Amino acid sequence: MAEYVRWSAAQIARAVNAGEVSARQIADATLEHVDAVDDRIGAFLTRLHEPARAAADRVDARVRAGEKLPLAGVPVAVKDNMCLTGTRTTCGSKILENWISPYTGTAVQRIIDAGGIPIGKCNMDEFAMGSSCENSALGVTRNPYDLRRVPGGSSGGSAAAVAAFESAIGLGSDTGGSIREPGAFCNIVGFKPTYGRVSRYGLVAFASSLDQIGPLTRTVEDAALAYDAMAGHDPMDSTSIARPVDPTAGALRDDLRGVRVGIVKEFVTEKLGPEIHALYQRAYKELTDLGAELVEVSLPTADYGLATYYLIAPAECSSNLARFDGVRYGLRVDGPDVGQMYENTRAAGFGPEVKRRILIGTYALSSGYYDAYYVKAQKARTLFSQDFARAFERCDLIASPAASSPAFEFNAKSDPYSMYMMDYYTIPMSLAGLPALSVPCGWVQNMPMGLQLAAPLFEEARLLGAAHAYERATRHAGEGAVAV
Amino acid sequence: MSSAKSAKIDVRYVAKLARIALTEEEVERFGAQLGDLLEHVNVLSELDTASVAATAQVVESRNVEREDVAGSCLDRETVLSMAPQRQGAFFRVPRIIAEAE
Repeated sequence: MAEYVRWSAAQIARAVNAGEVSARQIADATLEHVDAVDDRIGAFLTRLHEPARAAADRVDARVRAGEKLPLAGVPVAVKDNMCLTGTRTTCGSKILENWISPYTGTAVQRIIDAGGIPIGKCNMDEFAMGSSCENSALGVTRNPYDLRRVPGGSSGGSAAAVAAFESAIGLGSDTGGSIREPGAFCNIVGFKPTYGRVSRYGLVAFASSLDQIGPLTRTVEDAALAYDAMAGHDPMDSTSIARPVDPTAGALRDDLRGVRVGIVKEFVTEKLGPEIHALYQRAYKELTDLGAELVEVSLPTADYGLATYYLIAPAECSSNLARFDGVRYGLRVDGPDVGQMYENTRAAGFGPEVKRRILIGTYALSSGYYDAYYVKAQKARTLFSQDFARAFERCDLIASPAASSPAFEFNAKSDPYSMYMMDYYTIPMSLAGLPALSVPCGWVQNMPMGLQLAAPLFEEARLLGAAHAYERATRHAGEGAVAV
Repeated sequence: MSSAKSAKIDVRYVAKLARIALTEEEVERFGAQLGDLLEHVNVLSELDTASVAATAQVVESRNVEREDVAGSCLDRETVLSMAPQRQGAFFRVPRIIAEAE
């Protein structure tokens, strides 16, 4: 493979801006590599070869005209729930299998404005509901480190593409862990910003109070570059945050002196088995080697995260997915009257996990159960914010596992709840809206594991700065090799 | 909150509300799976939330308004071209109102 495909986004942008290599050369090498490996990986549902070459030529023209672009010529693999004009946006679902986006979402547009090149649309669990990509109705994505295993999910296609050097940046969306868990499974960095930092305009909604777009990259520096390009207020998303964004690319550190890292006492790693327990004990020790001070903190509600999440997220999804009714776009399966047309369309268009979540959400919002389930969960959600606020009085960051195991084999999680358990460590941060990321921290069963770091609201610069120090000092990502 | 014992969903009724036609097999399978999930979420009844406010929006809660002026939007032809069935400038759907007897 051409050496370019191994370059980081930062390396590519530097070289393209300096005129040492053209965006077109990067694009050609990248697309050739995608063609060579993606039949085995399955990261992409749609390859955008011709549009990518045209976009690269436009970037080269901008650079020749004197522009300096933070993502000049950087290939970007876009999760297939983000709109890009003229491309299919399927959400991994039969109901949108042939739907062509009529507009481009804000996050993707900002990446393009910064010089990024969308090279394809990536596989995902249907409507972002899942932790393995196995819920996609449209394709199978394999973990680049072991093709018998899942890449994680729901942003599994974007994660696999970046891990297999098919793209420097992947765009994902994270509702309960859907960037961080596939990041951990694929030995890369997966970063979920504070809720509202990146506009959701043009992101097909799953659970609107939780969904957040973020990058998947092979280095923390690249995550910072991508975040800086995307973050900031957007009038098209009324939940996007109006306050100014601190650029993170200049905040990357090489040590953790003066940083207090909270270890959550309820997150007992012993129950994950001796090998995984030892790995995280080592990771915490590595933080102290860099100068961090460890402090024990408590999240008394930790064990209620899954229950809270699996009421709020399905309730919001049942409402959001009501728009898929066979009238204005997407699949239609006819019936004798409009009601039966709705029912037939949704029966044929949605897969089993999406149906389960719509049903549980509809139940939780239905008359007689609304207060007992939905309102109760929203109150529990408040406790998570309060617990984290108390914890962050005593520490600057919180460290934990990103997932409870390494990537598992296909069909290993047969009952829904065992799959939901994969997000045990990531859901609490999602409920509180906190910025959090996963960074590679070592290997178990020859598969990569991720360390989750979380920060208070809006402290992306602190979070990425610390993750950069950890990555530089440990270099755990380099201890394995992809299988393709 | 109902106890784990009574964690049983009338799946047919909920599916009707959700506008999803289910097969007999799905009614059985989803009924069992959703009953299991309800048992798990029933742990929330252990939390004392009597004096806790509900969170709808976690970060900033404010009303967002804009001037009431016309802006640009997708043109009608683009929107209608996505429709499964159209008739002229309209979305075409099966009968909504039953004919009088």
